[in-house]
Amino acid sequence: MNEGFAVDIEDLTIAYKDKPVVWDVDLKIPPGILMAIMGPNGAGKTTLLKAIMQLITPASGKVLIFGKPYKEQRKLVAYVPQRGSVDWDFPTSALDVVEMGLYGDLGWIKRPGKKERECARDALRKVGMMDFEKRQISQLSGGQQQRIFLARALVQDADIYFMDEPFQGVDATTEKAIVTLLKELKERGKTVIVVHHDLQTVDEYFDWITLLNVRKIASGPVEDIFTEKNLRLTYGGKVAFLVPHTHTEQNKEKDNTGPVSKGGSGTPGA
Amino acid sequence: MHNTIMEFLSELFSSYTLRVVALGAAVLGIISGALGAFAVLRKQSLLGDALSHAALPGIVLAFIITSSKAMPVLVLGAAAAGWLATLFIFAITRYTKLKNDTALGVVLSVFFGFGLVLLSYIQKTPRAAQAGLEKFLFGQAAAMMKEDVFLMVVAGVIVLVLLVLFWKEFKLTSFDPDFAKSMGISVRKYEMLLTSLLVISIVIGLQTVGVVLMSAMVVAPAAAARQWTDKLSIMVLLSAFFGAAAGVSGAVISSMSAKMPTGPTIVLTLSSIFILSMIFAPARGIVWGWLRELKNRRAIQTEAVLEDFYFLDAQHGGMERGHTVKVLRTMSLGHGGVERSIKKLQEEGFIRRVEDKKWVITPKGSKHIESKNIES
Repeated sequence: MNEGFAVDIEDLTIAYKDKPVVWDVDLKIPPGILMAIMGPNGAGKTTLLKAIMQLITPASGKVLIFGKPYKEQRKLVAYVPQRGSVDWDFPTSALDVVEMGLYGDLGWIKRPGKKERECARDALRKVGMMDFEKRQISQLSGGQQQRIFLARALVQDADIYFMDEPFQGVDATTEKAIVTLLKELKERGKTVIVVHHDLQTVDEYFDWITLLNVRKIASGPVEDIFTEKNLRLTYGGKVAFLVPHTHTEQNKEKDNTGPVSKGGSGTPGA
Repeated sequence: MHNTIMEFLSELFSSYTLRVVALGAAVLGIISGALGAFAVLRKQSLLGDALSHAALPGIVLAFIITSSKAMPVLVLGAAAAGWLATLFIFAITRYTKLKNDTALGVVLSVFFGFGLVLLSYIQKTPRAAQAGLEKFLFGQAAAMMKEDVFLMVVAGVIVLVLLVLFWKEFKLTSFDPDFAKSMGISVRKYEMLLTSLLVISIVIGLQTVGVVLMSAMVVAPAAAARQWTDKLSIMVLLSAFFGAAAGVSGAVISSMSAKMPTGPTIVLTLSSIFILSMIFAPARGIVWGWLRELKNRRAIQTEAVLEDFYFLDAQHGGMERGHTVKVLRTMSLGHGGVERSIKKLQEEGFIRRVEDKKWVITPKGSKHIESKNIES
């Protein structure tokens, strides 16, 4: 009945101690879409991702990946954690980190060999980092580190990609590289789910959006869901100056004459 | 001279006690060094300290219960206490709002305090007085027996084999546990395994180095090794090597003087390695940092002086008029290093000497400045 969805979340509630972080979320994610998860800080975006991948145990609810529990579908999923979640001074090289994406398939005792190395190099090439494979990872810029993480997810060769704020604090080159990559993944029929912060770029980068603020506010195609009303529900009153590109009547015709400039803050509460 | 040293050394190592102690200290150094590398990278440097202090009540209780001071018995007691302490630390961080360092501090002092109380309690009983458990406080390497060293070697082999078998799992779970978990690698299992190995390495080191200084054996070689390399495998090997080298040389040095305790000498040797690494290691060392800063500052000065030449030339309408060091020095108030810069610029062909002690910018120099201005 629900094999049709890449991810099917039912009644998901997650709590830290006694405080609910994600409350009773139902979410059906169709395959082949490029989806942004958006919401203010503390809305539970990262928590939701982690619960889908069973990195944390929910208080209640269930999650199915292509109709089956995550445990059985692990190989179909690739993960790009937040860049800040690891210590970049760890003694390892860029190529080494990318190879880590293959450890899951290798099993015990086996070491990554020539085949794995080639695969990792290939992924580095795709993110434009082939000249940096030997570089110690702390010697890379923030954007380059992010691309290393992306390359690591690419070698996982999955059907669903979960990315936690890949655009956070990256340079323009990296942002462009990531967007190209996202579109490419979508063209190959992959499902990509991205925690995103920048309201300015939503309709340019994504075709689907889920608005979250502890509860699910709305989810669906960007042109239906990315409205001022929904954003107000998600972000509260503060949103008035943040919404230059929503699909409301008055915003559709002109985009740079109003009081809202494009270069304005696109990261609410960040 | 050379001969006497060799003779002295061969005499040293012909001593049976020293051979045993040196071998034991070397094995201990290898194990604690290799595992210490992971402990340091996982930001668990203090865990070693907590575990070794926590082992004390285990040792004393094992003695009270069994009345035996056989090494395997006491080691088991120490391991049990160390393990219990680990569980407490994990539980406290997990189920309360206390942070890891607080949990470590609390568990360390509670266990150690309890151990001291037990120790002074049994000192008052006649049979325990000569058991000599207080040697565990500061270690007594000279008391090491062949059997103890054998135990260490067995433990060492087990530790190293496990490190090799689970190398990539240990590496990945240390670097990015969330990602490891998303791939179905049981992070907690490997965490427990690594911590258990750390407990083993600490427990077998207690007799040699003592409860108080044991954590140095875990942290110092790893911190020193990190200075020299950006590769995990080399760091672990180097850390083990530093541990072994300090173990052997500490044993030898202390044997040369009658009243020198082995454990503290090993730790002091290790500290020297650590300090040298902090100061002199390439890339991460303090001296290297200074040199890099100096080099940077000089490069900036040289650029500034060349820029001054450029403006002087522009002011004089490209008449190729030479300028003296004095003029440049006046212009360069605030950056300095004029003479050195002039020498350097002349070498690179950015300026040339026109008459005695006067210089002018060359076309190549002008081009350099112009291209830089376009870039910025």
